[in-house]
Amino acid sequence: MGFFSRNKQSRAPKERAQKGSSRREFLKTAATVGAGAAVGAPAVASAMEFDFETFMQKNFRELSDEELQAVLDRLERKYSKKYGKDVEVSAIGPMDGVLYGYGLDISRCIGCRRCVYACVEENNQSRDPEIQWIRVLEFERSAALREIKLEDGNPYYEHEEVPAEGKFYIPISCQHCEDSPCSTVCPTGATWREPDGIVVIDYDWCIGCRYCMASCPYGARHFNWGEPNLPAEDVNADMHILGNKPRTRGVVEKCTFCIQRVRNGRLPACHEACPVGARKFGNMLDPNSEIRYLLDNKRTFVLKAELETHPKFFYFWGTEGRS
Amino acid sequence: MDNLKVFAHFTKGSFLAVVRGSKGYYVWLLALGVLIALGAAAYQHQLSHGLITSNMRDQVSWGFYIGNFAFLVGVAAAAVVLVVPAYVYNWGPIRDVVLIGELLSVAAIIMCMLFVTVDLGRPEFVWHLMPIVGTPNFPHSLLTWDILVLNLYFLLNWFVVTYILFTAFKGRKYNPRIVLPIIFLSIPFAIGIHTVTAFLFMGLKSRAFWHTALLAPRFIAGAFCSGPALIFLIFRVLRRFGRMQISDAALFKIGELLAYAMALNLFFVATEVFTEFYGQTSHTVHARFQWFGLHGDSSIAIYTWAALACNVLALIIFMVPKFRLSLQILTLGCVFSFCGIFIEKGMGLLLPGFTPDALGEVYGYAPSMNEVLIGIGIWAIGALLFTWMARVAIAITAGDLRLTRA
Repeated sequence: MGFFSRNKQSRAPKERAQKGSSRREFLKTAATVGAGAAVGAPAVASAMEFDFETFMQKNFRELSDEELQAVLDRLERKYSKKYGKDVEVSAIGPMDGVLYGYGLDISRCIGCRRCVYACVEENNQSRDPEIQWIRVLEFERSAALREIKLEDGNPYYEHEEVPAEGKFYIPISCQHCEDSPCSTVCPTGATWREPDGIVVIDYDWCIGCRYCMASCPYGARHFNWGEPNLPAEDVNADMHILGNKPRTRGVVEKCTFCIQRVRNGRLPACHEACPVGARKFGNMLDPNSEIRYLLDNKRTFVLKAELETHPKFFYFWGTEGRS
Repeated sequence: MDNLKVFAHFTKGSFLAVVRGSKGYYVWLLALGVLIALGAAAYQHQLSHGLITSNMRDQVSWGFYIGNFAFLVGVAAAAVVLVVPAYVYNWGPIRDVVLIGELLSVAAIIMCMLFVTVDLGRPEFVWHLMPIVGTPNFPHSLLTWDILVLNLYFLLNWFVVTYILFTAFKGRKYNPRIVLPIIFLSIPFAIGIHTVTAFLFMGLKSRAFWHTALLAPRFIAGAFCSGPALIFLIFRVLRRFGRMQISDAALFKIGELLAYAMALNLFFVATEVFTEFYGQTSHTVHARFQWFGLHGDSSIAIYTWAALACNVLALIIFMVPKFRLSLQILTLGCVFSFCGIFIEKGMGLLLPGFTPDALGEVYGYAPSMNEVLIGIGIWAIGALLFTWMARVAIAITAGDLRLTRA
């Protein structure tokens, strides 16, 4: 009965095939029954802002081209109206021959957190409750001479100026593991690894069970515990349905390598924001990319390598001196 | 009389059995009703505002609800532990009361499903994990397995119970050729639901506290300590208030079984403590949190030691004949056993798994009032369903509720 084998890639939009009509027939019957039930539960429905088309929407990977286009159009209408902006929601697929990787130069990071805020500006997170996809851990420099223990890291540092004396910084976000535990455990198949290596979430399919959060060794996945608050003036109108489209209450979200940017040949927002050049990004399959240079010429390490999740986020010390 | 008419009589008779009762019965119903209403109101509050009404956060993303779920799966599984002596060893005194154990199983599974449902961020989309209409990530996700086996186990028990009761209602004995194979099937299924639930936690290599082969055996040992203890307490209540004939021999037999189960459970605790503290690694921090607390947050430690005390006292009571063969003291032992395992397998399992979290942060979680109210409401629903099912079952087996030919 497995619909998706582990780490099975989504199809690029042009390859998405028509599914059998029998399941669609069943869905229509279920839809009718569901509609009847929904009409009979107005209190619950109003509490959850019921929208029939959204309710019946299929798993992203099951949508035909026409259905996907209808979803994108509906989302664009909904968000444009809600936020008063000309919103575009894309579903651009992966490029061939691309496997994204990220590099982080610990010798350069000063813990300014500009990446954290740039990410929030780009990706339409809730502002209250506040969700941040990047966590910067501050460590004692002397500790690194022996070992880096994540529990000795402090993500809640507040200084007038950074870097603080005797400290170094490790920013952590989704590692986009090649063998991600999250996509294995998700019961609905709402999260998976795309062919270009990005681990994505279908925010409309997630049921909020949070099994993926339990399975993530890097604390990279975040939950919308309350109603997300995204002021209209803060909305980034260039959206990707698997990336920075606004999320609802009760779903999980995380870094997507700025899928809406990188699949259009741009860099992630965190990379652009870093003032000291600590961040490296690119296509690991491209011999001329900066990430390939990094992997070929520097000694890199990944977090919790013993867990064999095979992260695509590589840490290194680029320069001598600081730590 | 055709089956539909018989079923109509059965329904009417059952309805009367649960609606008519003594004053004490009505007080019990009222109390449960109040708790259920409070729980429903709390759940409506959660539906309106989201799971932010709980104290769970990214760092501790599962808590009170899933803790109760894990504990109740054990209760559901252990209900059939009585099946083994009853049918495999053909031990009469237990045979008559196996039905009650299976009703408890049904009620426990319903509570399990309710606890998982209230934990979901978007429960209206639960159909996403059903086959055909949804896209269950089967067989990779253990959660899909858990849902499958829990539902199958529920159906097994439900079928056995309704079949036995319906045939008794008609004044006939059940056909053993139908019932016995299903009852025997329920034994591996009971182990199965428990093992799959343990696998849920064990498979997570990100959580060192759970990533141990011992978790599945510990779950089973804990289940056998808590389930039969609860059944014992229920039997005492039913003897007193439900006019049910249960021999002392059956009760003492449960005490005997509990002795083995608790000895095994404490042995597992000892092996865990040895492994964690003798060869310490960075993973030991979770066990340290569990037993001693971390960074000033020692709330869970108090409960861990309390659970140990309960379990040790329970073991003494179960093992010393003078205590085990005293009904009052044995009752106390069962209370200790139930509470000890409730702490161990509920919050005692969940919190150290998430504390410290994946990036080493200590978030001191304790359930919010809203979570507790919903939890109590679910327990009250389970108690109510069990009460009603038991009243019908007792009425039928006692001969009060029978199909009378017109």
